[in-house]
Amino acid sequence: MISWLLPGLVVFLLLNLAAGLVRVARGPTPADRMSSALLFGSTTVAVLLILAEWMSEPAMRNVALLFVMLAAVISLAFFGMPRDIGAGDDEP
Amino acid sequence: MSMGDTSLVEWIATSLLVLGALFYLAGTVGLLRFPDVHCRLHALTKADNLGLLLVCAGLGLLACDWQVAALLGTIWLLGLLAATVSAHLIARHACRDHSATSSRTGSA
Repeated sequence: MISWLLPGLVVFLLLNLAAGLVRVARGPTPADRMSSALLFGSTTVAVLLILAEWMSEPAMRNVALLFVMLAAVISLAFFGMPRDIGAGDDEP
Repeated sequence: MSMGDTSLVEWIATSLLVLGALFYLAGTVGLLRFPDVHCRLHALTKADNLGLLLVCAGLGLLACDWQVAALLGTIWLLGLLAATVSAHLIARHACRDHSATSSRTGSA
């Protein structure tokens, strides 16, 4: 097993996060900025899981589980549910 | 095939993890390079979830424990749910924004 594989992966994924920040800075519409929140969600879960394996800390997996559940709530909170499910064309 | 000290399982896990990282890279490149918010969302949700699947598979192999593998599978499924809900809401918001300000030129 390559000893530096797991830390290398963590650093690589964190660089991906930094690259995602470019979209936050440049994104013309709020929807673009929110899409990088999507990138943050899934990348952070992978980082947590790799850290759990690398530091052999099972608690980190539960943190990742909680984080992935919150990832769905982030954009929900930002955009809001349509009040009347039928029409659904009102601004949140 | 001389394996050296690493067993076959670790070779498979290593290749899965590296593949997963490549798909994360593809998702990020897609997020930065694609012209439209819908293309970005498409690239992002597809590539990142496949990357998450591969990373979870590699870690599941490394952990060699059924309980951990089941937890990783659950995390991946919830990741699918999160990406789907988020992408749908973002795309809906983008559509409404675009139709509301139809004079908007192509986004940078």
